[in-house]
Amino acid sequence: MVATLPKRRTSKNLAAILVVVALAVLWQAVKVAFNLDGRTLPHLWEIVLALGEPARRNGPPLIVELLNAALFTAQGAFFGFAIGAVLGFVLGTLFAHVSLLERSLVPYVVASQTVPILAIAPMVVIWLQGSWWSVPVIAAYLTFFPVTINTLRGMKSPDPRALELMRSYAASTWETLWKLRFPAALPAIFTAFKIAATSSVVGAIIAELPAGVQRGLGGAILNFNQYYITGPQRLWAAIAMAALVGIVFYVVIAAIERVALRNIVR
Amino acid sequence: MTPVVTLTNVNKVFGGGGRPQTVALKDINLQIEPREFVSLIGPSGCGKSTLLRTIGDLVPPSTGEVVVNGKTAHQARLNREYGMVFQAPVLFEWRTVLHNVELPLEIMRVPKKEREQRAREMLKLVELQGFERHYPWQLSGGMQQRVAIARALAFRPQLLLMDEPFGALDELTRERMNAELLRIWQETQTTVVFVTHSIPEAVFLSTRVVVMSARPGRITAIIPIDLPYPRDVETRESPRFFELVTEVREALRRGEEMRA
Amino acid sequence: MTLQPVPNPLSRYTPQITVFIAVLVAWEVIVRALNIPRFLLPAPSVILSALLVTFSTVLESAWYTLRNALLGFALGCSAGILVALATSRWTTVREGLLPVAIAINSIPIIALAPIANNWFGSNNPMSKVMIVILITFFPTMINTVRGLTLVEPAKLELMRSYAVSELEVLTKVRIPNALPYVFNAFKVCSSLSLIGAIVAEYFGGPRKSLGVYILQEAQLFRFDNAWAAIIIASLLGIAFYAVVITVERRLIPWHVSVD
Repeated sequence: MVATLPKRRTSKNLAAILVVVALAVLWQAVKVAFNLDGRTLPHLWEIVLALGEPARRNGPPLIVELLNAALFTAQGAFFGFAIGAVLGFVLGTLFAHVSLLERSLVPYVVASQTVPILAIAPMVVIWLQGSWWSVPVIAAYLTFFPVTINTLRGMKSPDPRALELMRSYAASTWETLWKLRFPAALPAIFTAFKIAATSSVVGAIIAELPAGVQRGLGGAILNFNQYYITGPQRLWAAIAMAALVGIVFYVVIAAIERVALRNIVR
Repeated sequence: MTPVVTLTNVNKVFGGGGRPQTVALKDINLQIEPREFVSLIGPSGCGKSTLLRTIGDLVPPSTGEVVVNGKTAHQARLNREYGMVFQAPVLFEWRTVLHNVELPLEIMRVPKKEREQRAREMLKLVELQGFERHYPWQLSGGMQQRVAIARALAFRPQLLLMDEPFGALDELTRERMNAELLRIWQETQTTVVFVTHSIPEAVFLSTRVVVMSARPGRITAIIPIDLPYPRDVETRESPRFFELVTEVREALRRGEEMRA
Repeated sequence: MTLQPVPNPLSRYTPQITVFIAVLVAWEVIVRALNIPRFLLPAPSVILSALLVTFSTVLESAWYTLRNALLGFALGCSAGILVALATSRWTTVREGLLPVAIAINSIPIIALAPIANNWFGSNNPMSKVMIVILITFFPTMINTVRGLTLVEPAKLELMRSYAVSELEVLTKVRIPNALPYVFNAFKVCSSLSLIGAIVAEYFGGPRKSLGVYILQEAQLFRFDNAWAAIIIASLLGIAFYAVVITVERRLIPWHVSVD
């Protein structure tokens, strides 16, 4: 089993690369087959080339501008993610221990997951008087739901016999939490983190729109959207950068997960 | 009468191609006659489950020949000539008890009416009437395993392959299931190949006990069980029963010592 | 499955109902007592009266947005299921496709909204439907593939002992096995589709759509109206989710859902 694992992984990676190549070929094929102009679907290389050219007269190359914007947005998403993750973890832990809180509040946490949260983005911007903090706050709002729910489920997941064992040691609630409940909850928490990683980026980008924040990817997308007719490849490049940020967030969380859970056999 | 199962020089090697090889089965020769109840017993890793699976053509042998009802094991599987019961019940949680029992009949294109009638009969045989509309999760472990047996018998196979079917049950339930299985075996006149690691279970049920040892998995003894049928609680308490249990236990120990 | 005394439903919901009423009352009292300006947070009573006044406009906008969400949900989810089914036969295709799908699922698809607007025109419903299709396609496909492949090996062995065709393994084992996974995807997608439809409208859409309406009313400092629309959006989200759960209970009664 062990000996074949690396080989399997390479073949998997190869298959994934092939799919990416196939998608790129499909892109170009669709363009040719439906005779789409640059406005509808630019050539892939046009997007790549646009990265090297300045977006504004005498400005830096587009890639530099986009990287700066990505960094800016990533900051908002990261702060939002951190705030949301901590809040979600604390709430989930609290719910797992205090049954009355769980029964009275969790239904609302679950119900609010079905609510289009981003709809209140314009309100948050007003509350925070258009400051940059509305970006992380909205990102945090999207992050905390999945983390709360999964922390709660994970904390309640240990085998009742394991809990009895801790009881037989007369372990304190605190010890049971750190030695049993928390490790048992980790896989579920990381699942939530992976979902939240994506939504925090979505939240940051969307929050920039009503907040009128210009420096981030949301601002860039809005800006290049206005010049779409003259330079569609720039909007595409901005979107690609947003995709990259989303993927990087996910990959980083997945990598941390792999390290954190390496000793937990699944 | 042609034997139900004939194994000739069967070997099975797992691994290879860069991986360490395990000899799961070595030079297995065994013949099982119609209406026999043969138990395969041995320590874990002795290949008894693998042997059962080669009979069912779920695992192909590396070398050697497996003949079931005068055909290759492969052909016998295609003809659906055996029923299989696993250690876990392996019920489909999306089907009711009745529909679980109907599953093989459905696959064999038995008309709906007949299918249902036969499934009900089988549930009666395993004493589960009244549970037709239940879902598996609503039944206890022992009841689930009875559904699995009903399913295996539903299409009246002449051969029943059972892989530690009562391994997960408590001792009393297991003894009750043993008695029920013997009753069903006599009523249905099937041949049974039964994998177990419980010595009393093997002795209580079988006409013959096949003792195996591990690494490489091979047959070290075949012990005929001469206890008269029908067997019941009194059989379990008879001196002959204890003698046979001791005999099997010593055969198992000898097999281990031969290896060492 | 232990037989516990069934608590009477009213006492079961008491804590939740208490919280609901307490929050509403506290909200109303605090807003009035502290004289919080309307642009920060209107009182519930103010929102309610705004809702009554603007009801027909909000409803019309909500219907437009809901239609896009539903159409996108239907198309995106069906496409996700079909692709998953199509790839269930080829392990290599599936294993190559899955990581890419997971990667795409982690990108902010909503950022494509301006492109969709440019393709179809921002007043064309298709520009919103396309975004919803993309948002719902990937979770559905990923979950369906998992459901089709994460089958207990013993079940497959049992089917092999019956010597059945691959097609029958698909219809009798894999598809029923995948149903709970598919419904989990539907639950996620029910809210995603509404969020997607509303947020896509932030990038431009007809005046009578929820996203544009909320944004516009907020920018004009008519917060009571904006909140009224948000409440309608929330109710739609809850209703959609409830419908999915009801269908799930009907269709897969054997499955004990965690929610």
